[in-house]
Amino acid sequence: MVFQITVISGKGGTGKTTVTSSFAALADDAVVADCDVDAADMHLILSPDTFETNDFYGLKVAHINKELCTNCGLCADHCRFDAIDPHNVVDTFKCEGCAVCEYICPEDAVQMIDKKAGEYYCSNTRFGPMVHAKLGIGEEASGKLVSCVRRRASGLAEENGKDMIIIDGPPGTGCSVIAAITGVDLVLIVTEPTISGIHDLERVVSVARHFNIDVMVCINKYDINSELSDSITEYCKKNGISIAGKIPYDKVTVEAMVEGKTVVEYSDHKLSSQIRSIWDEVVSSVK
Amino acid sequence: MKIAIASGKGGTGKTTVAVNLALAMGNAQLLDCDVEEPNCNLFLGFELEKYEDVTITIPELDPQKCTLCGRCVDFCQYNAVAKLPESIMFFPKLCHGCGGCALVCPEDAIMEKKRPIGRLEKGIDDRFNIELLQGTLDIGEPMASPVIKQLQTYIDQSTVAIIDSPPGTACPVIASVADMDFCLLVTEPTPFGLNDLSLAVEVIRQLDIPFGVVINRHGTGDGRVEEYCKKEKIPILMKIPYDREIAVLYSKGIPFVQEMPEWKENFRELCRNIHKFISYREVF
Repeated sequence: MVFQITVISGKGGTGKTTVTSSFAALADDAVVADCDVDAADMHLILSPDTFETNDFYGLKVAHINKELCTNCGLCADHCRFDAIDPHNVVDTFKCEGCAVCEYICPEDAVQMIDKKAGEYYCSNTRFGPMVHAKLGIGEEASGKLVSCVRRRASGLAEENGKDMIIIDGPPGTGCSVIAAITGVDLVLIVTEPTISGIHDLERVVSVARHFNIDVMVCINKYDINSELSDSITEYCKKNGISIAGKIPYDKVTVEAMVEGKTVVEYSDHKLSSQIRSIWDEVVSSVK
Repeated sequence: MKIAIASGKGGTGKTTVAVNLALAMGNAQLLDCDVEEPNCNLFLGFELEKYEDVTITIPELDPQKCTLCGRCVDFCQYNAVAKLPESIMFFPKLCHGCGGCALVCPEDAIMEKKRPIGRLEKGIDDRFNIELLQGTLDIGEPMASPVIKQLQTYIDQSTVAIIDSPPGTACPVIASVADMDFCLLVTEPTPFGLNDLSLAVEVIRQLDIPFGVVINRHGTGDGRVEEYCKKEKIPILMKIPYDREIAVLYSKGIPFVQEMPEWKENFRELCRNIHKFISYREVF
């Protein structure tokens, strides 16, 4: 059985990737999946050596053949996404690929065409296999690309006999987050003791619970506001969420990032042992 | 004047810049378009009043009329319609509300109805004359863009509108920053900050919006963000130092211009510079 763990945060910049990349270093037998597809950073630390590149096709996009078009305007009238301008040109950023214009056009002037919306890659890293992606600029289907990355990661886990997939999730609560957490064994939420951190933690806990997924919390930079750290602990207790551990604020995290290393590789600092113990907690809770 | 505050990476300080800029300026509109995690009001504490639901249109079947022909299933590009042995099933969360299924149904068996996915709220502060408009996506809902688009219909063209955008480079970001007069990209001087900044720059260049950079937590990390901006000829319009006092105020939800009033003038200067950029562009 392959266990899947997703690390998310709701709020950005709380330290998801710092924690996840350390997990990659600590895991014996895992595939890493970077599912923060529109701002992927894990490759900066894991320096992947890519052996497979796949094109990702998202939704199709409408194209109007000017030679056939009589400017009747029916397509623009029916477009719910305001994607066809008065000159009957399609705004590819706004087009959501629904194909209503193609259906409604009396002249057969509209064609739905495939549009490459990104790439996803399989790579080797010093810690094992990794799947990562690059979403095209402003693309719609980030959730779909997340699903592609996860599917490929499952394939790699099977091919290589790995028993765990560690997923770095995106910020927020929308489609790509939902795609990154559905069906996983555990969601680890990395939060910070700021009022934004707590607010976003509460929202993302509700999302995970909405999809019936087990949740654990890790408080990063817990010592920048101990009062708020206590409130997070209290909130977790009240809601039956176990705390996997706390990580102090330390500039070692930025130094390690600048060196392109995971925190646990970079130093034998107190920080590393904290992350190790969080990893042990996470593993024992899923296995 | 419409100014978007964006960044590829999350947690670089978008909300900090948006809120402090609004407070320093006064007489402004602040739109929280980070509808998945709206945080501006945590720093403002305005009394918010809900003024509108955000709904999307979804199909509803009249089983009496449906002949199970399956055209709606074949047409739907989002796999939001499925045919079961004795009925048609809709998956509302996959539906984009294009209306295609109702259009192709030969029996007129598909009606459309509204489904709420979020809400818009408003709060006003008389002291600074700031109007906050906030969008919130409901828990478990995937599509943020309709909430952002509906929120933006309330932009007041006669004043300064500051738009706090979501992180990333995907569709909710486009929905937030398209049609803006200027975009401020907030970053931090770390490798992650640089990587995500360069992605955001690609987006803004494609949208052809004038932009500049704010470096937050200046003094940590390394100098690669500044080297990048220099090479790409991107103006760095403000540097906010890494300062424990600012970090502590942030953690408590206090906008730092309130406790460090010398920063008010810096933000006003920032706004004047943005204005210069926009006018310069209009001339040439």
